[in-house]
Amino acid sequence: MARFRRNIVPYLFLLIPVIIYLVWVIGPMFYTFYLSLTDWDGLTSPTFIGLRNYERLFHDKVFFLSLKNNLKWLLAFVTIPVAFGLLLAMALNKSIPGEKIFKMNFYMPMVLAMVVSGLIWGWMYHPKGGLINTFLVATGLFKKGPGWLSDRDIVLYSIIIVAIWRQVGYVMVLYLAGLKSINPQLLEAAHIDGATGWQTFWRILLPLLTPVTIIVLVISVIDSLRAFDLVSIMTRGGPANASSVLANFMYIESFNNYKMGYGSAIAVIIFLISLGFIFLYLWRVMQDELEY
Amino acid sequence: MNWNIDMENAREYFKSPWRVLIYIVLVITALLWFVPILTALITSVRSFDDILTNGFISWPKTITFENFLTAWNRGGLNKYLPNSFKITIPSLVLTMFFSSLSAYALARFKFPGNRWIFFTYVGGMLLPFQVLLLPVLRLTDFLGLYDTYWGLIFFHTAFQLGFCTFMLRNYMRTVPSEIIEAARIDGCGEIRIWAQIMLPLTLPAIAATATLEFTWIFNDYLWAIILLRSDSLKPITAGLATLQGQYVTDWPVIVAGALIGTLPTLLVFLFLQRYFIEGLTLGSTK
Repeated sequence: MARFRRNIVPYLFLLIPVIIYLVWVIGPMFYTFYLSLTDWDGLTSPTFIGLRNYERLFHDKVFFLSLKNNLKWLLAFVTIPVAFGLLLAMALNKSIPGEKIFKMNFYMPMVLAMVVSGLIWGWMYHPKGGLINTFLVATGLFKKGPGWLSDRDIVLYSIIIVAIWRQVGYVMVLYLAGLKSINPQLLEAAHIDGATGWQTFWRILLPLLTPVTIIVLVISVIDSLRAFDLVSIMTRGGPANASSVLANFMYIESFNNYKMGYGSAIAVIIFLISLGFIFLYLWRVMQDELEY
Repeated sequence: MNWNIDMENAREYFKSPWRVLIYIVLVITALLWFVPILTALITSVRSFDDILTNGFISWPKTITFENFLTAWNRGGLNKYLPNSFKITIPSLVLTMFFSSLSAYALARFKFPGNRWIFFTYVGGMLLPFQVLLLPVLRLTDFLGLYDTYWGLIFFHTAFQLGFCTFMLRNYMRTVPSEIIEAARIDGCGEIRIWAQIMLPLTLPAIAATATLEFTWIFNDYLWAIILLRSDSLKPITAGLATLQGQYVTDWPVIVAGALIGTLPTLLVFLFLQRYFIEGLTLGSTK
């Protein structure tokens, strides 16, 4: 009897949390797949229409534009903040005068809501009164600054810059933790053996940081796919969908056009793109588990 | 916090000319990074007329706190900000409570399905929100919770369970099993072990996770605009979007509003920076 009680104890602890998680997270994930096969409009009950939504996606120019924008965002995210965050982490890993102020300065954007960052940068990008164009005109090199959020060719990059401004601090934190876990004797040994700084970095430091890098990359990809707030606040995807990303496209189709079945199909695509990276993360966690 | 620069240390650091160069680059980068926040601070105390007539790069004619008052009173931030707390605090308490329960089971018991449940939590925390959006809206509506705080609170509680359970479970595994075995031999029940032994020992991880979660839930915008409709219920993030629409042409008011909206998370960060950073790193490296 006592043994039986011991056996059911963990299930009792898990009962309520797991039910909540299944109902609000895991169940809805599968339900989106079903909804993507219907013509749901949010008001009447959904009717099954097979793969029609996916067929439509295949002919939708805005979908491909948004997908392309997401890929650009993703590429920018797995390169610029990662490299920059690593460099900053290496510079700030040694005790350096003003270390705390530096760190706080780079962490700060991380605690601001995306909405807040979007509003502040929206003002910086203001065509006439904003700081950036005022500065560009003041240098005398430009008669009129570019329309950061109104020019179709640059609007996406203007928004990505804001996202990068937030992301660098995050990457830096992760690499700082990674660097702390490296045995300094390894680096010293390399130095004694006559390795240059460059060699030490590529051959020793970077390989040792691989576990952190995998986490950083997965998080960057997921964050780039989740991108919604900044675009929604700064441009709503405009002008002429030039800054549209999948998350905003899905929102507009679902809530402005009431095509929620179609919106679900877009969500499924976003999910499928992220799936490989989620498994990569799980694989990393599994490696840690096996060490126990 | 120690702001003093250690002169001895500094002299040692600047011995190599390379270091001096790196330091200069670092200072310039840091200043650039600070520009948006500085711009916001300066803008918020100037009038828009002054900025437009004299240009942003000019000495302010007057310093005014009018923009903050306008955003707070007429912009409605005085109701949006309390709403944010009414959503964030219950979500935070519930998600920490439930995740500490499931973390204890996953960290301390061997049973069939342990790994599966753990990996479901970890995988779920990385899901793109879009894949949950419409079903959760439908579920919330079905439960009669659409356009109520509880609709949002339940979702935040549920979704954040993944990350919190992951963090707490990993930390609980590091607690020496002798302590728990001793308590069991003394006839201590499992609930008491969880409440009186495990939770106190997990406090550092709970603090770190809760600090992070506070900023994440507080800063949420997407779910607030999906699950709430009434203006009187909106949290600050959704409220700021409304403010932006209301004062399209008056940027100092919008920026002052944004600064008010960021004050709570900024204070949490300034005072609990250690926990915040620990939280971010606990989840990624061991």
